[in-house]
Amino acid sequence: MSSVPVSAYLALALILFCIGLYGALTKKNTVIVLISIELMLNAVNINLVTFSKYGVNPSITGQVFALFSIAVAAAEVAVGLAILISLYRNRRTVNIDEMNQLKN
Amino acid sequence: MTLTGEFFAFMSLALVAVIGGVLLLNLTKVIHMVVALVFTFVSIAGIYVLLSAEFLAVIQVMIYSGAITIMMLFGIMLTRHHGDDAEPKGGMLRKLALLLGVLGFGAAVYFGIYDLDFQAVPNTLHENNTEQIGVSLFSHYIIPFELTSVILLAALVGAIVLARKDDEKEGDQE
Repeated sequence: MSSVPVSAYLALALILFCIGLYGALTKKNTVIVLISIELMLNAVNINLVTFSKYGVNPSITGQVFALFSIAVAAAEVAVGLAILISLYRNRRTVNIDEMNQLKN
Repeated sequence: MTLTGEFFAFMSLALVAVIGGVLLLNLTKVIHMVVALVFTFVSIAGIYVLLSAEFLAVIQVMIYSGAITIMMLFGIMLTRHHGDDAEPKGGMLRKLALLLGVLGFGAAVYFGIYDLDFQAVPNTLHENNTEQIGVSLFSHYIIPFELTSVILLAALVGAIVLARKDDEKEGDQE
């Protein structure tokens, strides 16, 4: 029925998730860490939509879940950037290694 | 696996998506990283079209390629970035260990999915996709839908409160 196997979509989502995970763990800039987290959320959405079409029980539910996940991701980006700007105003840095106020 | 248009579309979209992600990891300027990620977001929208989720593809272009990218660009422009930060000592070792860990995670998951294949069930997701989503959203998922509006309201009000300048305190500091 389909020329692209379901594992190809899942492998694409896995590659994007790994790229996002590596970026979130290694990058020094807080904005880039936030963007990497967005990339990981996108990979998860690809999985949801793939299973909504090619899963054992195809239905529209996967797409609705992906919609909710996109809405929550948008809220997360808004709050994350607000925290980033507030931190930058206090510390004058976006380097993630210098954000250690909770340590002392 | 036959060579069809769907296969070519998937391969090119996946290639652009992965290249965007790799560029995100390798570019040095922050603005360039965000622009590279726009390619990834747009090709993920194309992947959604292949998966017969047209409404979700439009939402992806609007929210991710539009709103989130612009907000990230604002976040970058409102903060100062030193062009290139010096690598701290032991950075390479840490990066190598993290790379090994991520690759191990990827290999473990790939081992689970590489021969995954379900019996293809004919479905009707591609006809009246938006109508199906609307009916499902307002019949089965009406309570989560309303709760999403509460979440968005709380998040946006909280973001404004966090990012607002405190006038009187700011006057004291400067």
